[in-house]
Amino acid sequence: MPEKMKKNYFINLIGIILVFLVMMGIFDTGILGAKTNYIMGIAIIAMMTVIIVCSLNLLTGYMGEFSLGHAGFMSVGAYSSAAVTMAMINAGITLPTVLYFIIAIIVGGIFSAFVGFIVGIPALRLRGDYLAIVTVAFAEIVRVAFTNFQITGGGKTLSGIPKVSDYHYIYIVMVICVALMYMYVRSRFGRAVIAIREDYIAAAASGINVTYYKVMTFVLSAFFAGVAGAIYSHYLTAIIPTFFNFMKSSEFLTMVILGGSGSLTGSIIGAAVLAALPEALRDFQIYRMLMYSVVLVIIMIFKPSGIFGTWEFSLPRVLNRVFGKNQKKGGAAHE
Amino acid sequence: MSKEAPVLEAKGLGIQFGGLKAVNDFTMKIGQSELVGLIGPNGAGKTTVFNLLTGVYQPTEGSYFLNGEKMNGKQSHQVVAAGIARTFQNIRLFKKMTVLENVKIAFNKNMKYSLFSAFFRTPAFWKEEAEIDAKARELLSLFHLEDLADEAAENLPYGKQRKLEIARALATDMKVLLLDEPAAGMNPTETAELLESINLIREKFNISILLIEHDMSLVMNVCERIIVLNYGEILATGTPEEISQNPKVISAYLGD
Repeated sequence: MPEKMKKNYFINLIGIILVFLVMMGIFDTGILGAKTNYIMGIAIIAMMTVIIVCSLNLLTGYMGEFSLGHAGFMSVGAYSSAAVTMAMINAGITLPTVLYFIIAIIVGGIFSAFVGFIVGIPALRLRGDYLAIVTVAFAEIVRVAFTNFQITGGGKTLSGIPKVSDYHYIYIVMVICVALMYMYVRSRFGRAVIAIREDYIAAAASGINVTYYKVMTFVLSAFFAGVAGAIYSHYLTAIIPTFFNFMKSSEFLTMVILGGSGSLTGSIIGAAVLAALPEALRDFQIYRMLMYSVVLVIIMIFKPSGIFGTWEFSLPRVLNRVFGKNQKKGGAAHE
Repeated sequence: MSKEAPVLEAKGLGIQFGGLKAVNDFTMKIGQSELVGLIGPNGAGKTTVFNLLTGVYQPTEGSYFLNGEKMNGKQSHQVVAAGIARTFQNIRLFKKMTVLENVKIAFNKNMKYSLFSAFFRTPAFWKEEAEIDAKARELLSLFHLEDLADEAAENLPYGKQRKLEIARALATDMKVLLLDEPAAGMNPTETAELLESINLIREKFNISILLIEHDMSLVMNVCERIIVLNYGEILATGTPEEISQNPKVISAYLGD
């Protein structure tokens, strides 16, 4: 590993820990008084949304394909993980919370990835609008199926899921997920995926197995969406199929496009802001969807690539600039 | 033509789109490090031949062989893996990616580090990425593109984009290179530079080249043998001198 990268990773790690400490300072000390729990709730939903929006960005931003069914993958993760942890509790297995949490996200991720694989293989023969329609159909099928299955509580709310999602764990999982996705897009795999977005015929003519990389990315994206779903169900403890509807999927897509497709920074900011905004603007809740559309239209007119375009935030770069080390840092290290 | 076994061979290759026979009974042999030109009027089926030889289309008749291995039924990326690379008539670069990344993509098929290595940045990752980086830069320097390595491909001038496309094709480590009108839209200086590049890669990489070109001075200059295609069928084959005197070829180009 090059020395410079070692240093950059270290700086990033410090940054991540600092944010964690700030959060602990706010939430664990109860500095905000009665509102602490409320704000913590918003933060948790925001962090979960960050994971799913980043995962959607893998498809939309990097692979250049739309998925309008990401809520479907999220619900697969939410329900499968809930079914497993509830079964474990019913069987009388007692484990520490953290183990339940880890089992939940892994089960949610793997189930969702598996479904992504099954759907992806036939669907990824299609491109563009056609693929988008298939993903819509997929999400609807999942929703209707969950409304009718016994194990998912039928059309009623599935409740009694153990509350094991805790913001400490969620934060760590979010950091790991985003870091893994970042590593993916900045590797030979990500390079191949971006090449496919740019020109799939030229990619194939350069020896890239287009289908293979597309399916791999789709499965990975589904995995992280499933992880987000597991976090969601184990935080709310009660879930209902209608939550994971088309509106939810399009909301995630809005966040990706707003933040900048092809920028994980954009997805993180977009997800965090748009997930927290409805709470901040509670009084205007009915206008929320209206506002989304207006904002989206404005962005599409003035900055079609999204707020951040493909730009990525880099803590080491910022530090360098602030402390005036004046090192010319070429385009080589995007950390 | 060399006496050894041909590197690339087509036997009665043809494709039919509905009732239209775009290419019919296309038979040819290209020997080791030979440079063959493929010419013909517009719509003669030259690019279709390329598409047949690179797995974009599957031939409906006949077959083609690379070093004796039958290639029918292979997909584009498998054909590249076997050793046939191409460039496109209308340049197809990965526009938003850097010049360096464009070349790195072509090395991808020989890269081995796993998804796990990529996720956790294992030593295998750093080692292989560094190797590919060096190889790609070396290849770029052959085409005098090394100073532009971090530039987005779409920002290059036209002639350099052509060169980059050839560099990318070379990075796939192929045995046969198919060049589809590399001099199209180039000014005379750029064409001369291209000629230089073609001669350079022939010397250096010992590969066979099949070249589609409308620029007759280029074709007559560099090709050892020329195949003339008209209405999807081979009209004539021979050395540049033979072709330029062939009455059938002259009438196909100029009309009776």
